[in-house]
Amino acid sequence: MRVVAALSGGVDSSVAAARMVDAGHEVVGIHLALARAESTSGRSRGCCTIDDARDARRVADALGIPFYVWDFSAEFAEEVMADFLAEYEDNRTPNPCLRCNEHIKFRAVLDRALALDFDAVATGHYASIVNAAAGPELHRAVDPDKDQSYVLAVIERELLQHCLFPLGDSVKADVRAEAQARGLRTASKPDSHDICFIPDGDTPGFLARTIGEKPGNIVDVGTGQTVGQHRGTFTVTIGQRRGLDLRIPGEDGQARYVVDVNPSTDTVYVGSPELLDVIAMDADHVIWCADPLDEEWSEVTAQVRAHHAGSPARARLVEGRLSVELREPIRGLATGQSVAVYRGTQVLGSGRILSTVRASAPART
Amino acid sequence: MSTPESTDVVGDPLASRRVFLDHAATTPMLQQAREAWIAASAITGNPSSLHAAGRSTRRIVEEARESIADDLGTRPSAVIFTSGGTEADNLAVKGLFWARRARLGIAAPAVIASAIEHHAVMDPVEWLGKHEGADVVWAAVDTTGRVNVDFIADFIDRHASKTALVTVMWANNEVGTVQPVHAIARMCKDAGVPFHTDAVQALGQLPMDLSQLPAAAVTISGHKIGGPFGVGALIVDPHESIVPVSHGGGQERDVRSGTFDAPAIAAFAVAVQHAVAQQRVHAEHLAALQTMLAEGIREVVPDAIINGPDPGNATTRLPGNVHVSIPGAEGDALLMLLDAAGVDCSTGSACTAGIPEPSHVLVAMGVDERTSRSSLRFSLGRDSTSADVRAVIDALPPAVERARRAGSVSSQRVLDSPGRAGSGAR
Repeated sequence: MRVVAALSGGVDSSVAAARMVDAGHEVVGIHLALARAESTSGRSRGCCTIDDARDARRVADALGIPFYVWDFSAEFAEEVMADFLAEYEDNRTPNPCLRCNEHIKFRAVLDRALALDFDAVATGHYASIVNAAAGPELHRAVDPDKDQSYVLAVIERELLQHCLFPLGDSVKADVRAEAQARGLRTASKPDSHDICFIPDGDTPGFLARTIGEKPGNIVDVGTGQTVGQHRGTFTVTIGQRRGLDLRIPGEDGQARYVVDVNPSTDTVYVGSPELLDVIAMDADHVIWCADPLDEEWSEVTAQVRAHHAGSPARARLVEGRLSVELREPIRGLATGQSVAVYRGTQVLGSGRILSTVRASAPART
Repeated sequence: MSTPESTDVVGDPLASRRVFLDHAATTPMLQQAREAWIAASAITGNPSSLHAAGRSTRRIVEEARESIADDLGTRPSAVIFTSGGTEADNLAVKGLFWARRARLGIAAPAVIASAIEHHAVMDPVEWLGKHEGADVVWAAVDTTGRVNVDFIADFIDRHASKTALVTVMWANNEVGTVQPVHAIARMCKDAGVPFHTDAVQALGQLPMDLSQLPAAAVTISGHKIGGPFGVGALIVDPHESIVPVSHGGGQERDVRSGTFDAPAIAAFAVAVQHAVAQQRVHAEHLAALQTMLAEGIREVVPDAIINGPDPGNATTRLPGNVHVSIPGAEGDALLMLLDAAGVDCSTGSACTAGIPEPSHVLVAMGVDERTSRSSLRFSLGRDSTSADVRAVIDALPPAVERARRAGSVSSQRVLDSPGRAGSGAR
């Protein structure tokens, strides 16, 4: 096969590409220029992570494969960054990695690769493609700590035949060891956890800088007391505890969490964690990686974050919306997050959470 | 001589299987230049040291300087060695600007540059505008990329006493347009305005006798003519004052400090000598291939647009350059497909991160951004053969077909995408 190996400059994509070469495929390494940063001379020149681009190039050298940079920064700005900011401005909590996978990696890049007569795109994601009789299925990786099938739950079913995840059957430690054994310079590179266009990890700061500050009060829902200030309702997330800088301690001395926001009064409400228990949700923007659910309830596992083991639930599709009822509550769930539904290890699809039902509604005062 | 001088060229194991048509980016080192380089690298001594060892290395540098001066029709004292074309361009643009500004005694003198300069000139000019108060004037070009001489003449006529510098490249690196540098140099000389030209692409392909060019400064580079990377020169009229950009040990009349790279300079001189001596036959060799390539492309891709002046006339276009836009295909997709087919070429504009930018040269020529992104530059060199040209013509149709399919996918994606006005279309 002719395979595009997406090389991020990290250890995982390096090993994934190496395995594709070993498998005898004709592999071309591609580094994606996504988030653009101004260079010192003031001219926009390349991606924000020049070290990663360099590492990607050097891995391609080591593997003896051609290497190119594909510039999808315009698409990234429109499909991922603009959506990210619009969602936060709307007091929702988006996951830009899913949007990037949906619009860039497994759409724009894949389209381009196929048009250029490649057969598939390989990435270093931890997930598995299982070739069933009815066609390829997306499944969890064998390494439960690294499984990234959640962020891939936006790949439409007909595209799965063009997706390769060579690390799905490996655990992270083995991948690092393999990189070491292969002499790849990325072997000891730390994992990236941050959003790629917010390299310092300070999302509230990024939002306040980009959207503009819109300060207001933080109010304790139990006492009605103003207990702190925030820089904008969009800079906090439902379920957030850290970074609120609350100056007045809670009544019971317990930690308080963001339980609600009211953008029209610029108020953030904090309260006890029990108020965060969600028992059901509706999601739109539904994408199916398998046969779509129908109006009948199906037993599934629902996963709402990248690092969430998944909760038993039942789900159905009504008028294009995904309804999920949880067997046991999930604590701290914001609208705008995505919910992925699984049957066993198979990813069925995902939707963007539009509304949630709490076990006990926080009473605004 | 119409046969390639392949015996002069260092053997590259890839060369037998691949077609290298990116000689404007760099061209293989001449065997004679390599020999001079290796021989000089065996000699100990800092050329600026006063003892015997220093003198022996200095002798290499001075012989190279004399050789280059002889070949180009100038005086040895005019030759200022640099680390390459970019450094020479920076020194010319900034150094002449600062010296002239001090002479004129005005805060914001004008700098006139053609709109199609290489970044090595364009960026220093922009920098002077941003940081040194220069009044930057970009001289427009016509649709073939030839600069508007009347505009420059008129500007100098009216503003000579407020103009620090005029800089116009001898021949363009992307589309190969030869500029009327003799006419511009003459009018600048008459008006007392320093004139600089970047002759990096012209050297070896066009006749070059600097005794006939009244320029304040001329940039040349080693690796474009079969010399090594990392060496070049600014030929500065000894009567012209120029302010140094980098300061230090005071080499090169205090204009360019830094220890001489004697081996590179020795090899550079060999390459210059070869370029000048072989210029006419080299240009004839290239022109024949240029015509063959341009006609072949038109034949297999009938709607291809050859940018720049008509090929086959070396007074208006570099004989080694063929620049083509292929509507509906993206240049970087074509480059990748041709690369896979064994052909090395260029989109004509590249940057360090490898991301193609729309070419300022094509934009200045009035080419729209979309067409500009669908461009490829083939540049021929000493070892190019008609077999190379045929290989490109054979490889092009399937690459074009495939790149067009990819191009239509990406425009489709833009159209399909909701909430998108199409402004982000690439």
